[in-house]
Amino acid sequence: MEKITHLKGLAIPLDMDDIDTDLIVPAQYLTSVTKSGYGKHLFQRLRDSDPDFFLNQEKYNNANVLIARENFGCGSSREHAVWALQQAGIQVIVAISFADIFTDNCTNNGLVLIQLIKEVVEDMLMHASKEEYIISVDIQQQLLSTSHDETFNFEMDEFYKHRLLNGLDRLGYLLANKHDIEQYRKQHADKHFVATED
Amino acid sequence: MAGKNIIEKIWQDHVVSQEAKHPAVFAIDFALLHEVTSAQAFEELEARGLKVWDPNRFLATIDHSIPTRHDRHIIHDEAAKKQVELLRMDTQKHEIRYYGFGSTHQGIVHVIGPELGVTQPGMTIVCGDSHTSTHGAFGALAFGIGSSTLTHVLATGCILLQKPKVMQVEFKGHFRKGVFSKDAIMKLIAEIGIKGANGHVIEYCGEAIKKMSMEERMTICNMSIECGAKAGLISPDQTTYEYIRDRKFAPSADNWDRAVIHWNNFYSDPGCAYDKSIVIDLDTLHPMVTWGTNPGQAIQVNESIPELTDLHAEQRISAERALDYIKLKPGDAIQDTPVDWTFVGSCTNGRISDLRIVAKILQDRRVHPNVTMYIVPGSEAVLEQARNEGLDEIFINAGADFRMPGCSMCIGMNDDKVPPGKRCISATNRNFVGRQGPGSKTHIASPATVAASAIEGKITSAEKYL
Repeated sequence: MEKITHLKGLAIPLDMDDIDTDLIVPAQYLTSVTKSGYGKHLFQRLRDSDPDFFLNQEKYNNANVLIARENFGCGSSREHAVWALQQAGIQVIVAISFADIFTDNCTNNGLVLIQLIKEVVEDMLMHASKEEYIISVDIQQQLLSTSHDETFNFEMDEFYKHRLLNGLDRLGYLLANKHDIEQYRKQHADKHFVATED
Repeated sequence: MAGKNIIEKIWQDHVVSQEAKHPAVFAIDFALLHEVTSAQAFEELEARGLKVWDPNRFLATIDHSIPTRHDRHIIHDEAAKKQVELLRMDTQKHEIRYYGFGSTHQGIVHVIGPELGVTQPGMTIVCGDSHTSTHGAFGALAFGIGSSTLTHVLATGCILLQKPKVMQVEFKGHFRKGVFSKDAIMKLIAEIGIKGANGHVIEYCGEAIKKMSMEERMTICNMSIECGAKAGLISPDQTTYEYIRDRKFAPSADNWDRAVIHWNNFYSDPGCAYDKSIVIDLDTLHPMVTWGTNPGQAIQVNESIPELTDLHAEQRISAERALDYIKLKPGDAIQDTPVDWTFVGSCTNGRISDLRIVAKILQDRRVHPNVTMYIVPGSEAVLEQARNEGLDEIFINAGADFRMPGCSMCIGMNDDKVPPGKRCISATNRNFVGRQGPGSKTHIASPATVAASAIEGKITSAEKYL
């Protein structure tokens, strides 16, 4: 995973609750066997049905921040949703809340999720819909600032923060715990009853 | 000292180690693999030069993107064909058991795990699919993961996990005629909403749960994710043990008593604490059906779609959007809404007891001429059982299309799609925009409600047919 300390860019207002991973990338585009090629299908259904959808507007071509409402990423566990967002250039998502599996998938890929209270997110959505709204994120300080001169502190899982700042992935950490894992397996060998023979 | 709930006990039994301010290194006992989310996990494993830690802790099958035609061995979709072929090769290379077409065990991951006896109490089970919570019916902590986390499991048998909160859901009372476990879980989701259990694992309990068969319990646990729960589970009991006994990968006769002693550890102590508790009364419950575009937008078949003014401000916008898509109006009765398609199947309702109730309703009756009905068994074992019981003939005589096992029209990754603009009542788990195909309109309900609606060509409850 790449090191991430600061992120900055244009914010896209996506004024919706409960954006599910089927909406982020529909199932019919999950046909690849690799992690690439999903960006062009990000929000395909909204792109097809709404000519004014942000992905159909040139001014958002280089945007890298998404602002949405509650429960972003609910539904299917497909990690393809995270890959699609990243491949379309999204690096930060600001929302009131996020779904659990989606959050887990983001922390494996270095996509930064920032949870802020409803009033703040609603203000941000309003600004972003009216003007060129730039958001800066300082991971070390856990600080988000905007082109409107607002600053907000945000919560962040300490382990994820450490991994982002140092470019460390979870698999590396798990492999470093190999000894503990082997000990555990030895101690628990007699608690597993799934037969191994056909 | 306060007692512990079952989830805390499973947690404690699976924490390998935990540093301060870090997630726990958490042991996973078993993982199920399918063709759509596994290739990237194997690719990463190999790129890092790692091996599968123990091939016996994995089981693979094909379900999501495969055709359900009778000549399904011929996959016309090149991308799906490649996914299937790659899973076969990856599992062969890593010596993981793989059940392909005609193996007698192929089927939807969450149908075959339990029917093979792999799913057992007190276990931790993962799969690259959000309906992995199904296995919770056996008192296992089971949940969906992405492909990267699957790589962690393949390589180390562990994941990194924060301890989840626990919500208790009690189902009290009795089911009325025509009301099933599907209606009970849909009622919970409608009550607490699609994010009502975010951050929690649900423990389902109550007299109604104790009386349920394992298949009914699986339907309950299956839809836990639809209210945002990480997982949902039920403490094991004699019903659980009798279901597991003698299945293919169940403990051998020599190991059985030791296994039961171990499984008996997993129950919630009387008076243990929960982060949240909710009670659902079944005595007054009628069959449920969704009216919108998420599983929480549901009412009883005998109720009307809510007026926008009766909804909370936050729910109003999504309700308006949903009704605009689904082409229904606030205040309208949902009953008698004409349907074009009906579907019974999926990891929610593709088991033999689901097919039996559908057969009971369709026997000596015909599917309405305006309606196309697909019935898709959850596995090759379910298919065989249905044929042995003559259910296939009942379906065919009724004019339904009884197909081969797979996820089919629940996810619409293969040719099984509801055409654009058409309305489908479906015994599945999600009614998201376009879930059953671009432009499709989905109403989720129980298999009985779907079968009754198929006969009448409009949404109706099954009470009069039972």
